[in-house]
Amino acid sequence: MDNDRIDQIIDKHNGEASLLIQVLLEIQSENHWLPKEALERVSEKLQVPLTRILHIATFYKAFSLVPKGRHEIHICVGTACHVRGATRVLDTVQDLTGIKPGETDLDLKFSLETVNCLGCCALGPVMEVDGKTHGKMAPAETADVLKNYE
Amino acid sequence: MSEIILQIDGREVGAKEGMTILEAAQSAGIVIPTLCHHEKLEPYGACRICSVEVEVHGWTRLVAACVYPVEQDLVVRTRSEKLDRIRKMILELLLAHAPDSPQLLDLAQEYGADKDRFEKEASFCIHCGLCVRYCAEVKKKYAVGFVDRGTRKEISFIPEIAAKECWDCKECFPLCPTSALQAAYVLTEALTSSSPSSEPESEK
Repeated sequence: MDNDRIDQIIDKHNGEASLLIQVLLEIQSENHWLPKEALERVSEKLQVPLTRILHIATFYKAFSLVPKGRHEIHICVGTACHVRGATRVLDTVQDLTGIKPGETDLDLKFSLETVNCLGCCALGPVMEVDGKTHGKMAPAETADVLKNYE
Repeated sequence: MSEIILQIDGREVGAKEGMTILEAAQSAGIVIPTLCHHEKLEPYGACRICSVEVEVHGWTRLVAACVYPVEQDLVVRTRSEKLDRIRKMILELLLAHAPDSPQLLDLAQEYGADKDRFEKEASFCIHCGLCVRYCAEVKKKYAVGFVDRGTRKEISFIPEIAAKECWDCKECFPLCPTSALQAAYVLTEALTSSSPSSEPESEK
């Protein structure tokens, strides 16, 4: 992500320091992570100390300081999903993508995370890809879902 | 500014509007223990060791003296069985992180805190925020800050800023009630000191 695009995002928010989190969220959603250079640029333009930006960027789970894949897979391992077989779904997805929870594959295609509840326990086991919910997942069905993402 | 009269430990104490209980107590020579308080810095209310009992309209509650503003006819107790118990617990929890801090050990002796009560988790940082706030509020250099949250929260120097600003300053060092700050700085120094000498190498 180049500085021009970051400047565009900052200008969109009128360069207001109070909208720091909005700016960071937008960079995160476009770039999938927050590179150091981007944070330094934001710090400079918004006149917010880098320590404060780092505090915020490490505080919220929505931000990542390491590269993330283009598609984020969330697998629910909450109680309801767990008893309906979330562990087997997770194992299958790990085998398919070759990554463990918290990791990103080398092609930056997928990032895998486990979550503790997505709030739709009746659909368990639940897998969410880029915010789209796939309910009642059987381990065998995960491959069909994941092949739709490039 | 109007004069406010409040009662601390049974004594009438005069204070100005906007003062905190801690400031009023200090002006009257009453000692309230503090860890995260520093007169040059904004009150922070992190360590809670300055907790006092406040009585308003017959109701007693616990407040942090360093952030609670004085009120007319406020009744404050700075020592009680309950407060001693609370401070002892706070100290024991902090001592699990920094078992050798002289400041903590002194307080521990006064409140009978056992430094071995909880299993050691020697992060050495008690999150008082003195270094972070001093660097930001007094020096305005923002070289050190908090990162992460909850149990993983820790202080961290920004190497690029630290390499420029910290060498001639180090004014935060004596503020630290433990040795966590120095340790974090030495670590940063080790990470940055290699960069000037590595520059010629990268040109090869």
